[in-house]
Amino acid sequence: MDFSYSDEQRMLADTLERLIADQEGLPHVDQHDEKTSSRAPSSLWRTFAELGLLQLPFQEAVGGLGGDGIDAMIVMQSLGKGLIGEPYLDALLLPGTLLASLADEAQRERWLEPLLSGEHRLALAWQEAEARYDAHNIVTRAERRAEGWVLEGTKQVVLAAASAEALLVTARLASGRLGIFLVPIDSDGLTHRDYPTLDGREACDIEFSGVILPQDACLSDNAGEALDAALALGRSALCAEAVGAMEVACDQTLAFLKERRQFGQPLANFQVLQHRMVDMHLNLEQARSMAILAATSLERPAAERDYRVAAAKAYCGEAARFVAEQAIQLHGAMGMTDECSISHYAKRLVMFDHYLGDVDHHLEFVSERLTAA
Amino acid sequence: MNLDFSPDEKTFRQEVSDFLATELPVDIREKVRLGRRLSADDHVRWQNLLSERGWLGANWPKEHGGPGWGPVERHIFDEECAAAHAPTIVPFGVSMVAPVIMKFGNQDQQSHYLPRILANHDWWCQGYSEPGAGSDLASLRTRAVRDGDEYVVSGQKTWTTLGQHANMMFCLVRTDPEAKKQAGISFLLIDMQSPGLSVRPIITLDGAHEVNEVFLDEVRVPVANRVGEEGQGWTCAKFLLTHERTGITGLGHAKQALRHLKSVAGRARHRGRPLLELPSFRHRVVKAELELMALEVTHLRVLAAARDGGAPGAESSLLKVRGSELRQELSELTRRALGPAALPFFPEFLYGDAQLDAEQAENAAVGVQYLNRRKLSIYGGSNEIQKSIAAKTLLGM
Repeated sequence: MDFSYSDEQRMLADTLERLIADQEGLPHVDQHDEKTSSRAPSSLWRTFAELGLLQLPFQEAVGGLGGDGIDAMIVMQSLGKGLIGEPYLDALLLPGTLLASLADEAQRERWLEPLLSGEHRLALAWQEAEARYDAHNIVTRAERRAEGWVLEGTKQVVLAAASAEALLVTARLASGRLGIFLVPIDSDGLTHRDYPTLDGREACDIEFSGVILPQDACLSDNAGEALDAALALGRSALCAEAVGAMEVACDQTLAFLKERRQFGQPLANFQVLQHRMVDMHLNLEQARSMAILAATSLERPAAERDYRVAAAKAYCGEAARFVAEQAIQLHGAMGMTDECSISHYAKRLVMFDHYLGDVDHHLEFVSERLTAA
Repeated sequence: MNLDFSPDEKTFRQEVSDFLATELPVDIREKVRLGRRLSADDHVRWQNLLSERGWLGANWPKEHGGPGWGPVERHIFDEECAAAHAPTIVPFGVSMVAPVIMKFGNQDQQSHYLPRILANHDWWCQGYSEPGAGSDLASLRTRAVRDGDEYVVSGQKTWTTLGQHANMMFCLVRTDPEAKKQAGISFLLIDMQSPGLSVRPIITLDGAHEVNEVFLDEVRVPVANRVGEEGQGWTCAKFLLTHERTGITGLGHAKQALRHLKSVAGRARHRGRPLLELPSFRHRVVKAELELMALEVTHLRVLAAARDGGAPGAESSLLKVRGSELRQELSELTRRALGPAALPFFPEFLYGDAQLDAEQAENAAVGVQYLNRRKLSIYGGSNEIQKSIAAKTLLGM
């Protein structure tokens, strides 16, 4: 039992902390400034590449640095603290993990290597309106014909897609199994409607209307288990990011309570606010424990891994919302303003629940597998 | 970073589990499992067995005859004891007064009291709270007036847990009424047989006799029974309270309570199906399961920090708050799971020797345990006090 970082992990955390501290201004606003229609990665993404962050979470055999769930947790927690909008999860972790486990030699060379070097980014299109957060019960179909694969269907709220070179698209096959296809973003028959999310990410809805793909666009014709593993990593990473953001929200709220004076004294003197602050802190520490539990469970057998990850995602979802709402409340009207950074942290913490399955989704998952012991 | 116990720790867990399987008397185990009151003799029998095994002073260092366990071993021991339905060790001697005597007691006190505690010869109780001093403990008024080599002690203590069985009491008294609140307090060890000392039961809402009032009417206590300097009692008291709180998460008990809840709700029927399948009920069980998962990891984080040399500080306040809330929720759900069967009250079975048929016996304690568990958020410093402590020491508010 050991909750400490290794020396390398501590260095990683320090490096990230300095990097985050160097980002000036409100992260959310910066993001909008830098957002262009170009697929060229931002300067920060290039810095990630230089620091090895893009290789970090992948096995050495596929050109990675052999990092594990804890390393991903450290990175995501830092991004959460800095409220950094760079799509480390959506453009790198999710598609990269699937490629690393499913791609053949040629596919790795074509898609994974440039991803890890920062030359291009990818995105994972898995979510559908009818299936909500269920990655398996989808209606998008891929059919094998003489001219290649034909893709038909619609994906909802695909993150980081507009700046991606290609998408990894999940589709139902004639076999009934789940396939994953590599689809260049500028393919004929692919249309995407772009929009920002409430918490400042770039996303889009995508329609595939008779998109024709070459035979080698099929990454896997039986991707169910690999997809579950990638989503587990993604959920664990999101929990870590939420913990980072919760930590800052708690710190900023505490600092505000100590500084803000009303009725001739600091707000921090009022017991009702002290206890609320302790409740926030308690939620933060319990969520941190769940994020650690998730990150250390990623190598476990799938059933155990998914149970723990679902539990963590559900728990962190509740905790993040509580911290976000209380942070706004304790800041008073200032917490409602765009210029106060707490409002941006709060938005991210609330919307966190809408990524990769919300509290209800994961509670149901746990509930269906509740054991007697 | 990993959450796994080491091979040594796993071996240790097996050793504890084997000991409990072979040594814990079946009649005691059954009483604990059914939530029946243990007699003084039951407690003494079990603690004698632990004492013989060298495990009674679970938190004691080797130099004083303890097993020298670290925080992780103590946690494993607690967890296995709860899982095996072993009685909770009466904490007032081994876990509470002993560390104070080790830290603040003189040589005579250490060589007299510590071996007796470890051999289970004395039954200690705690003379802290008073009718006018609960959460505001430092406002206590029990007076100790110096008379030669003795103090003459007069006043009243209350909520004295299992004081009816005790032969010794550690007691906070006011030796200097002029000094500021905390400064005038001293820490005395009092023989419960002393003339002028009497114990009266307080019956709680579950019908149980667990706590008492202790009246002190000019009780003469040798000055040699004072631990630490005169006026240093508050330092001892605070030191003791940190020991009281660390074990108070009750993780092993919470795990056991969740297992019990699932079994009760699995047997109970709702429209012909197990109650556990009723969505609104199951939802609360799932939430409790998640809270327990989080609490366990948080608890292990605090243990690991303590093992690696960090002091268990205000984090134990947080653990106490969440641990007690969770155990209360579990007792509430178990009570509800029984439905109408939670209503029958059989005090002669729970607190005496009367027999019940098997099914009634299984259910008899559920309702009273819910009532009894209300104490968890009150004793050891109420949860509101814990939050104020955490706000001050952890958050600097």
